[in-house]
Amino acid sequence: MKVNEISSFEEFTLLSDAKDTEITGVFCCDLLSVAMGKAPSGSAWVTVMANVNTLAVASLTDVACIILAEGVTFEASLIEKARDEGISVFKTDLPVFDAALLINNNL
Amino acid sequence: MADVMELNYTVSNEDFTRAGEASSDVKKKLKQLGVSPDAIRKVAIALYEGEINMIIHAYGGKIKVTISEDAITLILADKGPGIADVEKAMQAGYSTAPDKVRSLGFGAGMGLPNMKKNSDEMDIKTELGVGTTVTMVIRF
Repeated sequence: MKVNEISSFEEFTLLSDAKDTEITGVFCCDLLSVAMGKAPSGSAWVTVMANVNTLAVASLTDVACIILAEGVTFEASLIEKARDEGISVFKTDLPVFDAALLINNNL
Repeated sequence: MADVMELNYTVSNEDFTRAGEASSDVKKKLKQLGVSPDAIRKVAIALYEGEINMIIHAYGGKIKVTISEDAITLILADKGPGIADVEKAMQAGYSTAPDKVRSLGFGAGMGLPNMKKNSDEMDIKTELGVGTTVTMVIRF
């Protein structure tokens, strides 16, 4: 599945721009230091950690997109920053596991 | 890429919003130079962790990056409190970070271990009350 196809699920809302990039897997983690070392490039990263450092980690690890779960969202300035840096961000009310499962089942 | 490139950055104190500026900039430069994605990722992770450490523990500091044909050297120097027990600090999970930092998703005691894991050589020179200099080399 490509990043821009996530928008077709009603559970996910696109916050920035969706790239036409293939998703290679799903990664779940809220500790940024762990995500930094472990998030596979090209994966959809599901997290409830929504601060400016989330964007930095996404950018440095080259994940395909960020999925903010549990109804968590970025403030407007961070959505703007995500756009500037070309990072695709979605939000969902689903818990982390369910969000990851839904994406994984459709890879 | 025969030429040696030198880059210098200043990390400001307690400014988490700017953490990662040096690492993203170095990442861009390495991409332009055609360095392999694997090596770039290692550099980005090692340097970002270093930046975060300087912000959390050392009131900021200076970063000097030297890119040569086959390697990159990262020197992170601060005038912070120094590391009391380097051996302990190197253990995954050992952390002295304050709660404020943990609430941001850091402070899990993964910083130095991540830096070590992602670099081919790492050296820590530290003196209590004087500061710490971490040197990392990542070969392409």
